[in-house]
Amino acid sequence: MNDKMPITLTVNGEVVSQHVSPRDTLADFLRSALQLTGTHLGCEMGACGACLVLIEDRPIHACLMFAVQADGMVIETIEGLNDRGIIADLQEAFHQRNALQCGFCTPGMLVTAYHLVKTDQASSRELIRDGLSGNYCRCTGYEAIVDAIEKVASARKADAGRVASEEVGA
Amino acid sequence: MKARAFSYVRPTSVGDALGAYAQADDASFIAGGQSLVPALVMRLQAPSLLVDISRIESMKGIALHDGWLRIGALTRHFETLTDPLIQKHAPLLSEAAPYVAHPAIRNKGTLGGSVALADPAAEFPAIMLALGAEMEIAGAAGSRRVAADDFFIDLYQTALEPGELLVALHVPVVKEGQRWAFDEFARRRGDYAVVGGGVIASFDGGKVGDVRIVFISVGSTPVRVKAAEQALIGNSLDIGAIQRAQQALETELDPPDDKDMTSTMRMHLARVLLGRLLERVRKSA
Repeated sequence: MNDKMPITLTVNGEVVSQHVSPRDTLADFLRSALQLTGTHLGCEMGACGACLVLIEDRPIHACLMFAVQADGMVIETIEGLNDRGIIADLQEAFHQRNALQCGFCTPGMLVTAYHLVKTDQASSRELIRDGLSGNYCRCTGYEAIVDAIEKVASARKADAGRVASEEVGA
Repeated sequence: MKARAFSYVRPTSVGDALGAYAQADDASFIAGGQSLVPALVMRLQAPSLLVDISRIESMKGIALHDGWLRIGALTRHFETLTDPLIQKHAPLLSEAAPYVAHPAIRNKGTLGGSVALADPAAEFPAIMLALGAEMEIAGAAGSRRVAADDFFIDLYQTALEPGELLVALHVPVVKEGQRWAFDEFARRRGDYAVVGGGVIASFDGGKVGDVRIVFISVGSTPVRVKAAEQALIGNSLDIGAIQRAQQALETELDPPDDKDMTSTMRMHLARVLLGRLLERVRKSA
């Protein structure tokens, strides 16, 4: 029953082939086998959002699937997203606005924020709050996080040409 | 916590999935896993085999046929918000979708999984009941269809027998002149509703024709309130009819007291919610 199974998946642009136990969650696999510890484990039941990764371009809880289920999928973690212009802008805005304190929730916040900005779902504070409803932060009270995302979304919207050129290169 | 060890198979056909399930003593099907994985890691369940059905093509896709919309059970929650066929032909389903959990859960969780789990606090089982959907079920003896009215039996208990698979949901397409509304009370956005409900009604010369009204989080299953429906049928949807429907709830709903709320409070919220839903249906003419 504990027999390991082979999986091949693409993580941050690199093809990875490994053997996993069926019971290993994707989050544990990323953190332990691949040493990608930016994916955080908070609640391990899909409530806190600290473990969000992009799977086929959508934020999904890495704690709520088993690594073996991710066979053949394309996954991006916060480490991979770091190369993107949107993430750089978000990191700067989070820093400027003090949108983090302990930082535990921040990788998940950035994955959600990246998706909101990239898919144009950050055009109002209400939309941003709705988009963040599955991300817990126990330090900031969210106001600064919403501020930071709103700032990046509106700045990038104002300079849409820059977004287009950057995403082509991403 | 971590799940207990299990074996894993990922069949690509319904027949292979049923076969794999039948060969284990205590298998579980897994699709989106957004409710099952928490149950596994908390060890509320510990099957020896997971049969991953998430890549069975015949359980995917959305198509129109003979006045029905066949929605594959593997349709993810977010697709009920974005799919043009669902938006056009099952708008009540799209209207309820934003209330289902949080965006990341909606990116992975499946419609069939939610309906098969039959959580009485979940939106989609209740929407299937409101729409008069039929469940397409595959089993060793072949395929059968079960009406939503006969599908939800008790807490987490449905007409699905062990080893059977919900492969698709058949929803009658919305008809000209039908009006609908969905709403719920929840403590925080994305939390389970403390009371929720949906209405879909047709009108005949200004009078209510067919109407179906359902509630969530008021009992052990999604609940259809037929006495409240009867209070409306054949009448204009005016304040008097709405009040009579609200009063009729007293005879059909008996929510239990629980740690969150007294039965009295939940009944009050159900009356308020029904009033709001019917007012919205009235104004949407």
